Amino acid sequence: MNLSLLSEPSGVRHEGRPRVLQDGSRVAVVGAGPAGSMFSYFLLNMAEAVALDVSIDMFEPRHFCHRGPAGCNHCGGIVSESLVQRLATEGIMLPDDVVQRGIESYTLHMDVGDVEIATPLMEKRIAAVYRGNGPRDSEPLDTHSFDGYLLELAQQKGATVIHRLVTDVRREDELMSVHCADQFSDNYDLVVIATGVNSRLMESLEDETQEFQRPGRTRTFICEFHLGRDVIRETFGPSMHVFLLDIPRLEFAALIPKGDYVTLGLLGDEIDDELMAQFFNSPEVQNCFPDATIPSHACHCYPRMNIKPTNPVYANRLVMIGDSGTTRLFKDGIGSAYRTAKAAAKTAIFHGVSAEDFKTHYAPLCRKIDNDNQMGKVVFGFGSLVQKARFARRGILHMVANEQSQAGGKRRMSGVLWDLFSGSAPYTDVFLRTLHPAYVGSLLWNLIAGNLPGSAARKEHAPKQERDRVEH
Amino acid sequence: MASLGKDYKDGEIIVRQGEAGNCMFVIQKGEVEAVAESDGRELRLRTMGVNDFFGEMALFEQATRTATVRALGPARVLTIDKKNFLGGIHEDPSLAFRIVQTMSHRIRDLTDRLATFEEHCEPESPE
Repeated sequence: MNLSLLSEPSGVRHEGRPRVLQDGSRVAVVGAGPAGSMFSYFLLNMAEAVALDVSIDMFEPRHFCHRGPAGCNHCGGIVSESLVQRLATEGIMLPDDVVQRGIESYTLHMDVGDVEIATPLMEKRIAAVYRGNGPRDSEPLDTHSFDGYLLELAQQKGATVIHRLVTDVRREDELMSVHCADQFSDNYDLVVIATGVNSRLMESLEDETQEFQRPGRTRTFICEFHLGRDVIRETFGPSMHVFLLDIPRLEFAALIPKGDYVTLGLLGDEIDDELMAQFFNSPEVQNCFPDATIPSHACHCYPRMNIKPTNPVYANRLVMIGDSGTTRLFKDGIGSAYRTAKAAAKTAIFHGVSAEDFKTHYAPLCRKIDNDNQMGKVVFGFGSLVQKARFARRGILHMVANEQSQAGGKRRMSGVLWDLFSGSAPYTDVFLRTLHPAYVGSLLWNLIAGNLPGSAARKEHAPKQERDRVEH
Repeated sequence: MASLGKDYKDGEIIVRQGEAGNCMFVIQKGEVEAVAESDGRELRLRTMGVNDFFGEMALFEQATRTATVRALGPARVLTIDKKNFLGGIHEDPSLAFRIVQTMSHRIRDLTDRLATFEEHCEPESPE
């Protein structure tokens, strides 16, 4: 019998077992992606600091050393600038074999031209990583999976990895029990669900309980192109290539260079064949590749992405983190995994594991992310308007190109786009910066200047095919 | 294999004493040394290696850099922005724990060195 996750049978009293972690307490973490591994790492770190003896079992059927889908968490694989810095501050350094490429600029491609937005420090602070151990059929190189690396950190802290598939989580009296596909089951003082949105467990929990709604999802597309290290260095460089194209339902598209491969990520509203055909037929996309020819992809998937939070994200002795709970809209999913994992670990160690504890100490962070996502929808709404308005794209191109060519000046549009593309700042911050009178004034001036016939920006930054037409 | 941060050559100065600072640094690869300059002379304060950080005082104070830090051999260093750091602390104060811990170790180390120094400087008592 599967009991409700939230309500407990009436008359059940809990005087015998306090809802706090104490010496000997057992924690189950379902899913060993970044959220699960970081939760385990931080919880064991904090437990050590306060001399608390707790144990963690991490349930993960995959081995991240496998290449292709079997060892992959199906994600574009970008560790944002802000997360790289926070991890470094925590003492977690991403090793060279985990970082497939350090990104130091964004190249924005539009029908009106291309422009590179460089980081002000000219420093590589964005990491392109493989969530598994590389694409299907990729050659064995000295690479290391990002998820595998975080899992190793958790194991070094003392977490035990159990390679079993969890099919059900139930309340058994005052404890939680975890049930696996091979009939294995065990009881725990706290269960942390970190399976992401692409797991069957969330679906079965929603189906079998009355009070739980799994996250809202949309379909994305990710694929890998094999081009070789040298070609990638020459054509893509240490730059992430993003596209602002007038394609309905496409919110964000990026080509991410990594080692011998380039990863394409398409995000939007239910990515389908029609949208992909429009994208691949765009000259702006084709011109990114050698000889303007898009090679066949080596590996692809259609993972789902969280676009609406789980409700609720906690119960007594149960908490959902990372994509299983809530995450930032379209951006910095790994950063959200870090934030929610750490907040849940802090709550469990320093406050308790009751629904009330999670409500007081964990839910505020989730609300903060959700509220910021509402502002994110407004920001992406503006982005959609720009996608449809050629004159606006010319103005943006003109403004960014001017800012990038002037050393030391205020880079208002470049900063806004950088934070929007990299996910380094909350959407609310990005939006508020666009209301600054200096930003508005500069944008208006650039809208005029960028659309004047014969504008320098029009010629210098015009897309390749347009320049070719002019030259001939 | 790829890397994060910025590369510095042997002897290249990463931060200079007396300059304004608004970031700290985490060493990704190699070693650096911190030296205090006074009256044209240099006093080596400490050497630091992988995962150590420096320049953290600039995150908490408006004062200028108290020491010059330069690479000892090739080194790679990641910059941590003041804004990013303080924003992180605002959301999660425990982010500062490792920095506080290291600053505590450094105070302890300086106290020990000061005590040793004073011991050596103390005039010998007349027999």
